[in-house]
Amino acid sequence: MKIRAIAFNTFKEAIRDRILYLILFFAVVCIGFSRLLAILTVGDRVKIIKDVGLASLSLFGALMAIMIGTGLVYKEIEKKTIYTLLSKPIHRFQFLLGKFFGLVLTLFIMLLLMSIIFLGLVFFHTFKVEWHLLIAIFFIFLELCLITSVALLFSCFSTPILSSLFTLAFYLIGHTAWGLEILIKKIKSGFGKALAQILYHFLPDLENFNFKTEIVHNLPIPPKIFLYSILYGVFYTLFVLTLAVLIFRKRDFI
Amino acid sequence: METAVHIENLHKSFKLGFIPKTKKILKGISLTVNQGEIFGYLGPNGAGKTTTIKCILGLIYPDQGKIELFGHHHLSLKAKAQIGFLPENPYFYDHLTASEFLYFYSQLFLIKKNEREKKIKNLIQVVGLEKWADLQLRKFSRGMLQRIGLAQALLNEPSLVLLDEPLGGLDPIGRKEIRDIIVRLKEEGKTVFLSSHILQDIEMICDRVAIIVNGEIINQGTLQDLISEKILFTEIVISGVDIKELENMGEPFSERGGRTLLRVRKEGDVERVLELLRSKKGKIHSLIPRTETLEDLFVEIVKQR
Repeated sequence: MKIRAIAFNTFKEAIRDRILYLILFFAVVCIGFSRLLAILTVGDRVKIIKDVGLASLSLFGALMAIMIGTGLVYKEIEKKTIYTLLSKPIHRFQFLLGKFFGLVLTLFIMLLLMSIIFLGLVFFHTFKVEWHLLIAIFFIFLELCLITSVALLFSCFSTPILSSLFTLAFYLIGHTAWGLEILIKKIKSGFGKALAQILYHFLPDLENFNFKTEIVHNLPIPPKIFLYSILYGVFYTLFVLTLAVLIFRKRDFI
Repeated sequence: METAVHIENLHKSFKLGFIPKTKKILKGISLTVNQGEIFGYLGPNGAGKTTTIKCILGLIYPDQGKIELFGHHHLSLKAKAQIGFLPENPYFYDHLTASEFLYFYSQLFLIKKNEREKKIKNLIQVVGLEKWADLQLRKFSRGMLQRIGLAQALLNEPSLVLLDEPLGGLDPIGRKEIRDIIVRLKEEGKTVFLSSHILQDIEMICDRVAIIVNGEIINQGTLQDLISEKILFTEIVISGVDIKELENMGEPFSERGGRTLLRVRKEGDVERVLELLRSKKGKIHSLIPRTETLEDLFVEIVKQR
């Protein structure tokens, strides 16, 4: 109940933030731009629309998660609204979880809006609703939940600009860490290989949530991989949230 | 009398600066607030008043010491459910209207849905914001924010109300209204912990006070205990007498419009001044004996430190 109240307040606060609509506007422009690209392309035009559309959903969704995720907790501390909130009979973890679910709800609504526009555009070309695209969108949503938890973690102890940079770094590293796997195979054993192996195990691999290519090209995906990705997302998010709660619990609000 | 707040040997220090330097803010605070009283927590800026309140509320963790509220550990939800808090310079969610804001906080107290509306309406009336109930808080003036702040502090009908500088920045009418509400809270049997440096207000409404300077409590007790009732000096406003004749009886303090304000320290000298006035056919406009005020005591203590 208390978490729900904080989550709905966070949702209200986030959807009244103009920056969100600016990002949404650019996302819609980008999805629309895929139509232009498709016209200029030789080959399967619908695939281009799907490719660019899903990539836009993923990128702008991540931008939203970073912008609102890093700002909202900091704003509570900076503007001291947290003073009266935490003086009420709530635990600090309830506050943080409320914030998290509020942000996740906001992202869900935004992703839903973008998805409707995207699916509409695809429908305009194929004259059928391609429900299987929702699988790729579901995994984008899982990724956004993880990014939100990371943004919350950083905003527990850092300013919005630094938190945004850290979270953006997490996002970029997460999408390029798979390169380490190739690196490990190529370098000979020694310190370099050991370091690459350690990094490979500890750095996030956000490519686990990337099913865009498989979905767009109708490639088969074993259910085991789906399950792995879901569990990876859930446990990683839980791990980061636990870390955030541990830091937040010890914090003094000077 | 039962205890509402019990603080024992409270210490708190902060590490400040790029190369962290420890600064001791609270140096062994101990105090007791009885149930049903208005307790004034008095101190100059930076003395540690807000830090003490933040420790009570669990916004910061003390390095050492014990805090109990109504016999419960101060961080327990049982203790927190009995508290109402109004911070200094209150700032709330400015995207919400006054009613939405109180509705949000009422959910945190798990107030039943059918009671919420009634309670919120009543509180908005108590703090005099009926006309602005549906206005977003971003459009509120400072005085209005203070009022809505007080309303949120009273949502749960708390047994203990902690007010951090509640009268700062308010106009005289606003101050009187808030003062009246505080006195009403006491009449309803609530305990009020009031931090302020506006001595006049503390003196007017508090039953007991504690004076904190540099993180230490220098003095605490009832106002009668702290302030002596003996007459410090008598202020006499006179006219029609040459000031030079009064020089060895008192200090002429100011002169305006042919009237002289004389400050007389000895009781015998007051009689001599009156006799002189009678013989010289001078006039006496006022005669006010001044006892010690909280301000005198406060200034003296702060100077000593």
